[in-house]
Amino acid sequence: MTPSGASSRGLTRFSLERVRAVARKEVLHLRRDRLTGGMIAGIPLMMTLLFGYAINQDIRHLRAGVADLAGTQRARWLAADAQATQVIDVVRQTGSARELERLLARGEISVGILIPVDVDARLARRDRPAAQLLVDGGDPIVLGAARALAALPLGSRVPAAALPAPTFEVRAYYNPERRSAVHIVPGVCGVILALTMVLFTAIAIVRERERGNLELLIATPVQSAELMLGKILPYIAIGYVQISLILGLGFLLFDLPIRGSLAELYLAAGGFVVASLSLGLLFSTLAASQFQAFQMSFTSFLPQIMLSGYMFPFEGMPRPAQWLAEIFPLTHFLRIIRGIVLRGASLGDVRGELWPLALFFLVTLTLAALRFRKRLD
Amino acid sequence: MSAEVAIETRGLTRRFGARVAVDGLDLSVPRARVSGFLGPNGSGKSTTMRMLCGLLTPSAGEATVLGLSMPRDAETLRTRLGYMTQRFSLYEDLSVRENLEFLAAIHRLPRAHRRARIDTLLGEFALTARASQLAGTLSGGQRQRLALAGAVLHEPELLVLDEPTSAVDPQSRRDFWEALFALAERGVTILVSTHFMDEAERCHELAILDRGRLVAAGPPERLLAELGDAVVEVESDRPRAARELLERHPAVRGAAQLGNRLRVLVDPALADPARALAEALAAGGVAARARPAPPSLEDVFVAATRGAEREP
Repeated sequence: MTPSGASSRGLTRFSLERVRAVARKEVLHLRRDRLTGGMIAGIPLMMTLLFGYAINQDIRHLRAGVADLAGTQRARWLAADAQATQVIDVVRQTGSARELERLLARGEISVGILIPVDVDARLARRDRPAAQLLVDGGDPIVLGAARALAALPLGSRVPAAALPAPTFEVRAYYNPERRSAVHIVPGVCGVILALTMVLFTAIAIVRERERGNLELLIATPVQSAELMLGKILPYIAIGYVQISLILGLGFLLFDLPIRGSLAELYLAAGGFVVASLSLGLLFSTLAASQFQAFQMSFTSFLPQIMLSGYMFPFEGMPRPAQWLAEIFPLTHFLRIIRGIVLRGASLGDVRGELWPLALFFLVTLTLAALRFRKRLD
Repeated sequence: MSAEVAIETRGLTRRFGARVAVDGLDLSVPRARVSGFLGPNGSGKSTTMRMLCGLLTPSAGEATVLGLSMPRDAETLRTRLGYMTQRFSLYEDLSVRENLEFLAAIHRLPRAHRRARIDTLLGEFALTARASQLAGTLSGGQRQRLALAGAVLHEPELLVLDEPTSAVDPQSRRDFWEALFALAERGVTILVSTHFMDEAERCHELAILDRGRLVAAGPPERLLAELGDAVVEVESDRPRAARELLERHPAVRGAAQLGNRLRVLVDPALADPARALAEALAAGGVAARARPAPPSLEDVFVAATRGAEREP
């Protein structure tokens, strides 16, 4: 019954078997916990749809009225081109500027296109604006959209065909509705992971403490490092499930192109996932209750979305904010995923973003393992 | 330290801020015996056990457990120790078998023997029918049997059980103690805390704690025999009035109420104490009957803790 000295020393050494036992137990907890299980798929689904559809920075289908005073072929082309941008939908045709103004005042339209009698001459000379856009200026976003529309070289089909004109540029402008989702979905992927990965592990240790499991656990030979690794492992898989869900949704619903290698993206994402998980674990060893762990997670989450370049352009931020942002895993992951997904970058191109993630992971995991004492005092 | 001693402490002390939870404890726990910690809540039983398991660092003093110095060799002790916490500390959202499988892997039981060992324990603790039930849905008695099964899974030499029967019905408590004696017979050293007198009486060795101090120690029979007081049982319809009256009597050292009865500890120098008390009660106008009684552990406890009360 008494273990010999040698075997009892063996029992106190690091063991992958114990890491596996902890990981397996975490999976069992997850299977029994419907709420967390739902969060794994629910948060990415909800947020991707929300950000992809609702938070659309591009304006389209503004209700518009046209007052065509010229009635020429070119005047009709001009109106048709404006409609083709999808920024506006022509819902009313009127005969006078006064009528257009009345529709605008009543709110039936937000944009009015007034085509003057001499529109053909104006289009030919191009020294003055060809037509007028009457805009409901109360909404700055609508005003901005109208200004962008006004700047488009519309109605010059025939002369443009004759010139070596940059038709490419025009076509890009013709699809303004696609730009927003394409830029937002990779960012959403990072933001969702930054939130859920930290949250999942932030409650991992503190939950055991609250439920009274920890006192038993620390009286067993399980080591701090075994416990930390075992708690992280199942969530790496969950992180990949979330990434796949978000990218899949982006691909299916928002025509998200994946220009780089998907395998390289998954590899690089692993660095971000473990960095976020170990940050959560560190919070878990610091927090006295699950509520505190939640608070810490959100406190780390907010500056990450503010400063990572997700909300505001990184280059526009003051220097100290940039230095701070360089610490955050999300900052580096956004550069990685935008690079690979949108610009077709390779893993080699983004290697400068990989080592900060690895460093962050090692530092936080070490701190968590050191911070976690197998003592009650 | 002799081979017969499993646990020895000298001046073991633990402070939490200004509060002294355990105060200079000198303790010796024999091997292969059931030793009990008896004391009210807050007497330092749990704190002492946690220090012995290496879960709390002593503020002063030393503890040697199975020849290992605590808390320095705590990791080595953990492979030879089974610990059952006061609160149920297995995973409520895992099944009975999953909980035991987890502990078996943590203790690195040889994989080939794991299943057989768990099946044996399930049978021994009458949990076979509950194997796939979630631990959180078990009754108090079943939970406690599962916790004990988890604590003995790796065949530890020492079992430390912190108030294991506090949430359990009387029949389950009796079964539990039978299991403890069976383990002790197989050579396992058991340290168990309780505040039940009937459980304390069953222990081979007893240590009575009061406010962090060891106030009496030894086999229960010896503690009973060495009680320095005569015991008188007083029965009255007004037990509180009787108690107030008796506590003013110069020969009375202590009194504890049990329903309509009082257990009164009296200076043994007093001749015919029952009659003396009856006279005192009659003189005070309280109708009561008094008769001599054999001492119980309750009396030992009252006598032992009384000493501490008188100190500043």
